[in-house]
Amino acid sequence: MAVRPASMSPSLPDNTGEIPGQRAPLVLGGLDYAGLTDRVCSIPEQPTAPPAWWATLALAAAGLAGFLCLIGYLVSTGIGVWGNNQPVAWAFDITNFVFWIGIGHAGTLISAILFLFRQNWRTSINRFAEAMTIFAVMCAGIFPAIHVGRPWLAYWMAPYPNQMGMWPNFRSPLLWDVFAVSTYALVSLMFWYVGMIPDLATLRDRARTRMRRILYGLFALGWTGSAAHWRRFECAYLLLAGLATPLVLSVHSVVSFDFATSQLPGWHTTIFPPYFVAGAVFGGFAMVLTLVIPARTFFGLQEVITLRHIENMNKVLLATGCIVGYAYGVELFIAWYSGSGFERFAFANRMGGPMAWAYWIMVGCNVVAPQLLWSKFCRTNLWVTLFVAMCVNVGMWFERFVIIVSSLSRDFVPSSWGGFSPTWVDFGMLAGSFGLFFTLFMLFVRYLPIVAMAEIKHVMPAGHAGDAGRAG
Amino acid sequence: MSVEVSTSRPPAEPVLYGLLAEFDDPAALARAAAAVRQKGYTRWDAHSPFPVHGLDEAMGARRTRLPLIALIAGLCGLIGGLKLAWYTNASDLAFMPSFLRGYPFMISGKPVFSLPANIPVVFETTVLLAALGTVLGMLGLNRLPRLHHPLFASERFARATTDRFFIVIEARDPRFDRRAAAEFLRSLGAAAVEEVAEGPP
Repeated sequence: MAVRPASMSPSLPDNTGEIPGQRAPLVLGGLDYAGLTDRVCSIPEQPTAPPAWWATLALAAAGLAGFLCLIGYLVSTGIGVWGNNQPVAWAFDITNFVFWIGIGHAGTLISAILFLFRQNWRTSINRFAEAMTIFAVMCAGIFPAIHVGRPWLAYWMAPYPNQMGMWPNFRSPLLWDVFAVSTYALVSLMFWYVGMIPDLATLRDRARTRMRRILYGLFALGWTGSAAHWRRFECAYLLLAGLATPLVLSVHSVVSFDFATSQLPGWHTTIFPPYFVAGAVFGGFAMVLTLVIPARTFFGLQEVITLRHIENMNKVLLATGCIVGYAYGVELFIAWYSGSGFERFAFANRMGGPMAWAYWIMVGCNVVAPQLLWSKFCRTNLWVTLFVAMCVNVGMWFERFVIIVSSLSRDFVPSSWGGFSPTWVDFGMLAGSFGLFFTLFMLFVRYLPIVAMAEIKHVMPAGHAGDAGRAG
Repeated sequence: MSVEVSTSRPPAEPVLYGLLAEFDDPAALARAAAAVRQKGYTRWDAHSPFPVHGLDEAMGARRTRLPLIALIAGLCGLIGGLKLAWYTNASDLAFMPSFLRGYPFMISGKPVFSLPANIPVVFETTVLLAALGTVLGMLGLNRLPRLHHPLFASERFARATTDRFFIVIEARDPRFDRRAAAEFLRSLGAAAVEEVAEGPP
């Protein structure tokens, strides 16, 4: 079955309203179990990919190739190819790291936290979001690794016995970061893969060619859908969700400790952990929307990822956006209330100093733009949603840039102030990391089940066509 | 769908693995599972494309030991993480060889070991080992991965991961009788009953 262009999809009923006493349908268009399987499996089963997929992949892969070249240039020359220098020793590199690691958080929130809260609408988008998490964490991991200067010695961060008798310092927030991010990457990967095993088995059982049967068969691990297996599978899934929930809250808290435990005005604030976590979820949901809206149209998944899903995500975006706006306000209030001249100066400098433009981009994108989502028209309009999501993507990158660069460039002593101007390598690596992310993402949408079929079938009622998907 | 028993067998008479019965929907599967259990079979299983509500109760399944495995793995991570941080940064055991010997890290005059400063790493190792224990425990208890299963030989069974529901009574069940079991499964409303051979060893 070929990919259905958007124009061919049937007009679907509106499921964004609330009818008291009745749960809104999660799957539209009267899909039954087989229909759902066909719709989702048709994407990896097309013999040839559509030209648009090839075009996007080529663009992304070119970005990835450029990224690899720039990493080679950086490693062979030194990190002086970046614009970083004293006093701004952290700039695009750490901004990109925090930006990407934050993107990942929405994936875990959707897969773990919404699962624990029994938000069944998550089943349509969780696979997507989890994949996004893993690819984002991969992008994130590269920046601190190359930023250490001699990346071939990055393994020194691991506590392993060595002839130098050297151990890492376990009380350093930078080492906490190493543990938090690597644990997060591994647990997210396990969560994603375990959830995908039954769907890989579906692809294996539908496979027509030997190669597909072997490859999907290997990764499906011999899954037969046995009741005994499902019982342990569900238990494992619940346990992983329970473990991932505190984990995701801890990861961005630990990332924020990199800043908050320092003495620098603008970084040394106790609000950072919750503020960073809310910001991460906010930025991550914006990225999920950015990816899901084109993908559902392109692959004809409107019956599975319905307008109600988009609207729900927009509500999360609005709520977390308001938390982020509140955090910006509290930050300013505490700076004033602290009575510390340095704190007051740090924030006055952010809002009116040489980098004020970045601060106001951040406020405009993260606080003002999401206010559109109070209106139902905007929440259910795909173009407005995409516009807001793109604003938030930009705004969240600028948030980290403002925090890092404005604080470092002007600290206590004016004689040690300095500026920052990025080089072409800085911009190239930022663009290149998107190349890596989208290369992985395009491969994912082409070869793996992008919607969690078994989970959706689980929330569909026992009845078949006609009334399918009436569960909430 | 017509009720049928396929009996075409190759001449070598392969060893029987069991009887595969196909059902149309989850409710029929749960009803049939309750009846199979009632009948006293012990070596049997149900297969479905997704976890079916009420099937565990119908099958009289016991609770899985997986949470216990996760707890033990998590405690190992907790104790291991604490030990690691203490050993490398706060201990000084003279009898250890130099490449394995920890030493007290004096940083800003702070105590060499204090719990709050070590909580983040210990928390991460706890979560990591608990998650690893959960995944490996789930696969281990399920005897996965396995490369082959006799049921994969059945054309019909390919839909067990899409939209059909199955019960398998294995031939090694002490109460198994080829004819009686097939008759019984058909009486439960199976859409089809099929004999499945044990695969090549």
